[in-house]
Amino acid sequence: MAEIITTETPLVDVRHLKEYFPINTGFFKTTPLKAVDDVSFTIQRGETLGLVGESGCGKTTVGRTVLHLYEPTDGEVIYDGKPIRTKEDLREYRTKSTMVFQDPYSSLNPRMTVSDIIGEPLDVHHLYSSKEEREQRILELMDRVGLNSEHASRYAHEFSGGQRQRIGIARALAVNPEFIVCDEPVSALDVSIQAQVINMFGELQEEMGLTYLFIAHDLLVVRHISNRIAVMYLGKMVELASADEIYDHPLHPYTKSLISAVPIPDPKIARANKRIPLQGDIPSPLNAPSGCPFRTRCPYAQASCAESMPEFKEVSKDHFVACHRVAEINS
Amino acid sequence: MALLEVRDLRTSFFTDAGEVKAVNGVSFDLDRGKVLGIVGESGSGKSVTVYSIMQILAPAGKIVGGSVKLDGQELVGAGEKVMREVRGNKISIIFQDPMTSLNPTYTIGHQLIEAIMLHTDRNKQQAWDRAVEMLRLVNINEPEKRMKQYPHEHSGGMRQRIMIAMALACEPDILVADEPTTALDVTIQAQILELMQSLQKELGMAIIMITHDLGVVAQMCDEIVVMYAGSYCERGTADEIFYDPRHEYTKGLLRSIPTLDTMGQKLHPITGTPIDLLNLPKGCPFAPRCDNAMKICIRQAAESMDITETHKASCWMNVKAQFDAQQALANAESAVEAAKTAAAEEGGEA
Repeated sequence: MAEIITTETPLVDVRHLKEYFPINTGFFKTTPLKAVDDVSFTIQRGETLGLVGESGCGKTTVGRTVLHLYEPTDGEVIYDGKPIRTKEDLREYRTKSTMVFQDPYSSLNPRMTVSDIIGEPLDVHHLYSSKEEREQRILELMDRVGLNSEHASRYAHEFSGGQRQRIGIARALAVNPEFIVCDEPVSALDVSIQAQVINMFGELQEEMGLTYLFIAHDLLVVRHISNRIAVMYLGKMVELASADEIYDHPLHPYTKSLISAVPIPDPKIARANKRIPLQGDIPSPLNAPSGCPFRTRCPYAQASCAESMPEFKEVSKDHFVACHRVAEINS
Repeated sequence: MALLEVRDLRTSFFTDAGEVKAVNGVSFDLDRGKVLGIVGESGSGKSVTVYSIMQILAPAGKIVGGSVKLDGQELVGAGEKVMREVRGNKISIIFQDPMTSLNPTYTIGHQLIEAIMLHTDRNKQQAWDRAVEMLRLVNINEPEKRMKQYPHEHSGGMRQRIMIAMALACEPDILVADEPTTALDVTIQAQILELMQSLQKELGMAIIMITHDLGVVAQMCDEIVVMYAGSYCERGTADEIFYDPRHEYTKGLLRSIPTLDTMGQKLHPITGTPIDLLNLPKGCPFAPRCDNAMKICIRQAAESMDITETHKASCWMNVKAQFDAQQALANAESAVEAAKTAAAEEGGEA
């Protein structure tokens, strides 16, 4: 794994990020859907932060809001010590941060050739001085992600899922970014192809010193690639710690249950594995429970959990948890 | 006798582009009360295999060879009347996507009762009671209320439970689960797998579990069939497949998944991309991606070879290993002979 440079100013500093979507609930009446509700975290240069959670917990929205693809409702993103406020800030930010999308089938324009797809960010940000330079850069990028130069004039539908994801990665690398948000980049791929793409993310990080926010629901993949892992539930962050710490000593009841639910590809371990089953389904974010969002499914919930949202606090070094009863449960 | 015996099953789709050999010689047995896992990547023919067994293929698909015996009764070529009896009654299926496999225009109750009344001689009231009982069995609370609701009023996990209730309503001998948890979150997946395991113990049916998730297979299955490009690579008990894989594809697959021991290390992916089923190679279909491919692998596909009584694999590496072992044994024997003669000669001289 690449070396992480810990400095005073982290590369990405997200403070009290909120993203509410207005939902029509009646005639002239809207209710905010709190997709992301007061989330704060930092990512150091060269680090990979994994973000996990079930569908609908707001992990994709965090990724998109961090990149300002959605305008944050409240809170801010401070990149390399500079807050992003004006249009100029945003323009500069866009040349340093990019995104790799989940679905390699719908995130590539079927009417564009591979060279046009990869070249588009170069066009938008005027990153070349001559046609030859543009051509040269595109071939360089294709080579970097393991695509043949003869693929340049083909269309996306001519490629398999793994190759399409490579095209998406080449497009993300076109602006020479420092920070990439990877939104479930391997979920749609077959197991044997997944490993190829995961390795490529690792190699690129080593060569180019990239920083990743890696969003996924496959916990084994996230643990493999991440330095630290953040766990989200219903728009809130419930736990954040180093990858090993999250797996070996999870403190939040949700994290415990999530990790115990991961099917381990080893029959003896899988048979011995004691799962902590959760009751019921994830509630709708439109009428989230009062107080702690997890209390409706939590085996340790008590009356006080409904009263207030637990504070997201550091319980041991670099291990953050949001739970009222964290000390009692884990003693 | 095994409950289900599949021998050399072959299914092709006849398309404008040519014949697609989706299933190319698959054999396995399934005993009562066992869980069989079929593992493979997308396009490996695992779904088509079970669709062929149940004969619910798309119109372009035809079974072109082999035999499927259920309780001794041959199903290939048995005709639609027999199959109608079999489907739902003896073999039922739950599909991958619980969002699209329920009809959105009918209530849950209507859909459950339809299946029960079709296969048993219960009247409407009895069928209703049976449906409520089934919903209770799959841990759905307030089943009477749920019966009157529509599919969109339920979450993914709930719909999959309803699908399981529907599949089990006629007490089938075999439950086919086609990627039953792929569309669900991990905590919901754990609930559904747990439910399937407890129902299996309670009702004693056999399960065929199709999945690409090796973790799910490790947790659920007694026996495993590994498929690649329509042919079966290897079958055996879960322990044999996971701890002593004898096909290069199985080995590659197990190497390529991140486990608890590979943190921070590089994974070992299988190189290349899955092959095109329209023009299968002459030899082993995995040979173009196999690191240890030999000349014979490209010329000719390997026959299935018995490793143990339960473990079978079709890979030339096993033949090579056997040959190497014989060679080593012969070498050792001749070395012993040589030593003996040398010793005898020495003795003679002295």
